[in-house]
Amino acid sequence: MAGGGKAHLRPIEDVLISAQDVVVEFPASRGRVVKAVSGISLDVKEGETLGLVGESGCGKSTTAKALIQLPPPDSGTVHYKGEDLTQLDAESLRQARTDLQIIFQDPISSLNPRRRIGDVVAEPLKVWGPSDSASQVEKVNAMLEAVGINPDDTRDKRPHEFSGGQCQRISIARALVLNPQVIICDEPVSALDVSVQAQILNMLEDLKAEYGLTLVFIAHDLAVVKNISDRVAVMYLGKLCEVSGSDALYESPAHPYTELLLNSSPIPDPDVALSTDLVEQGDVPSPIDPPTGCRFHTRCAYVSDRCIDEEPQMQKISDDHYVACHHPLASVANSAGVSV
Amino acid sequence: MADATTHPGDAPLLVVEDLATHFAIDAGLVRAVDGVSFELYPGQTLGIVGESGSGKTVLARTIMRLNLGGNVRTSGSVRFSNQSLLDLPISDMTKIWGREIAMVFQDPMTSLNPVVKIGRQVTEHVRKHFGISKAEARNLAIELLQSVRIPEAEARFDSFPHELSGGMRQRVSIAIALACNPKLLFADEPTTALDVTVQHQILNLLGMQQQERDMAMVLVTHDLGVVAGRTDEIIVMYAGKIVEQATTSEIFHRTSHPYTEALLRSIPKIDQPSHTRLAAIAGRPPDLADSLEGCSFSPRCPYAQERCFEEEPELEALATDHLSACWYPVGTPENQEAWEKNLLAGRPSTLAIANGQIVDDVSVHLPSGTS
Repeated sequence: MAGGGKAHLRPIEDVLISAQDVVVEFPASRGRVVKAVSGISLDVKEGETLGLVGESGCGKSTTAKALIQLPPPDSGTVHYKGEDLTQLDAESLRQARTDLQIIFQDPISSLNPRRRIGDVVAEPLKVWGPSDSASQVEKVNAMLEAVGINPDDTRDKRPHEFSGGQCQRISIARALVLNPQVIICDEPVSALDVSVQAQILNMLEDLKAEYGLTLVFIAHDLAVVKNISDRVAVMYLGKLCEVSGSDALYESPAHPYTELLLNSSPIPDPDVALSTDLVEQGDVPSPIDPPTGCRFHTRCAYVSDRCIDEEPQMQKISDDHYVACHHPLASVANSAGVSV
Repeated sequence: MADATTHPGDAPLLVVEDLATHFAIDAGLVRAVDGVSFELYPGQTLGIVGESGSGKTVLARTIMRLNLGGNVRTSGSVRFSNQSLLDLPISDMTKIWGREIAMVFQDPMTSLNPVVKIGRQVTEHVRKHFGISKAEARNLAIELLQSVRIPEAEARFDSFPHELSGGMRQRVSIAIALACNPKLLFADEPTTALDVTVQHQILNLLGMQQQERDMAMVLVTHDLGVVAGRTDEIIVMYAGKIVEQATTSEIFHRTSHPYTEALLRSIPKIDQPSHTRLAAIAGRPPDLADSLEGCSFSPRCPYAQERCFEEEPELEALATDHLSACWYPVGTPENQEAWEKNLLAGRPSTLAIANGQIVDDVSVHLPSGTS
């Protein structure tokens, strides 16, 4: 997998955000380099929810953060409304970021424990206005109500007085207070119980409809990503494997890695037979020294010599379904591979 | 896996009767586990499921006698292989820990000692229990690391925990737990901190080892997806009590308790089309320091009627091997009637399930339409 190519990108006039060839690398000890994101191209249409899935360490958070220049990518471009964010000076970027907000995985540590909820949510307004406190309070109240929290009971309380799910809703209110266009949701439900997870997912759908938001939603749970996304991108070791409309991806996964993820996903039905062939599966290789060719070849059941030498490029296999694999599933090419 | 319905000739391995664990704190008495009874047979797998704070971990730790501290009040009985565990002095428990009953914890980074090499951690209790030599212990450790599918086991013997990934660390914890061939293994959310692919491997590994060793296992989790297909029997806990207990297939196919049903309905499923509205459970689990009247789930329950707020339902048998504590069990005409009545009255917790509405305040108890 884990290929390059941009076949899956749509015309730049039609999309709100377009990232091309984004590379993010971090220095490691002894002069080595962690290749977190190695040339990813992605785009998101206005009003669309893009799901990013993959295992820990595949670079999904780094990719999403690179979209809002947190930090800016080492190379590549990120166009938002036709402007290249990577080329903006500090002040223009600061202004552009009011449109681009983020919510994090751990709701409790992302809120300052010493500050009152009202102040936490009002903070962006103190920077960007309105400056009179009456309209600030009004806006804060409206946002807290939008996330189902009673503002009069909560404005003066501190984060420890709330449950994880409520804290996550407060973070969402804080992200919404500047009327952003895009919200990056970095595993917002991974730390929550299933019952609370359902609340947050429903709420994000409601808010998206009400405020016309565009979402980039990161998660490692495929069922969660399917529930909320219009389009899903599967990542592995800093590369893209497969991009598709979410129903099509789950109906007919084309990339062996997507298939592996789907087979591993727990299904709440005792009659579904569990695949048992994964016990010997290895770990994800290190992003310091990623495998040659297709980065997934060390774990792939259909690996051939070509996969070791040559990196696959994104190719179209059906309407809005793209895969970077030499032996995509359910194709003639694949049956020639070493099957399990 | 053992058959859950019949246990020919077998005596139960573990019998828990009316077990209660209360913590005395300034705010009152926290009833973390409140009157739990169940039996576990050799080779059987039991799943314990519930939200955070439902008492599932405290239950496992109470059986293991790991709840220490002056404010712990434990009552009831735990019989394991005809010994009463709650009456044993701690010095005798050290002969049971690891050797008879072992435990795998949620976070492998904190359950392993960061400054001790893996090999020594795997064999520490084997050497203590069986007094084998250092060289024998080394061979055994390598064998164990191989049996949990750790690549290059020999080289890993001298590694420290931080040199391994999360999944590999959890394999080491499993090797430690299996080292003395225990008869019973408690796995407390063993995969919650792991990726789906690794979770799948670890659960398969546990299942395989369990079959090979004919060991009984208790799998504690908040995810009904994890226990489906991997357990013989499931206990659903809410507010320190068992609300439903049945064979795995009964729990999923003939769900009886509204809490179990609500948990199942709130999980997004891969075969649902995207943007499917999820059923959300209203409110939050109760504060266990407050004394509650009636059924503890009633404020959040979509079917709750007046009786539910006043009288606590007992755990009763609906069928052989299916216990449920509810006045209006799912699937009965009474339940359907209660649902329609609450929907008509616009009860918030009913609307939460019906429309996925978010409801925090469940203090309004009674449907306005009740007589």
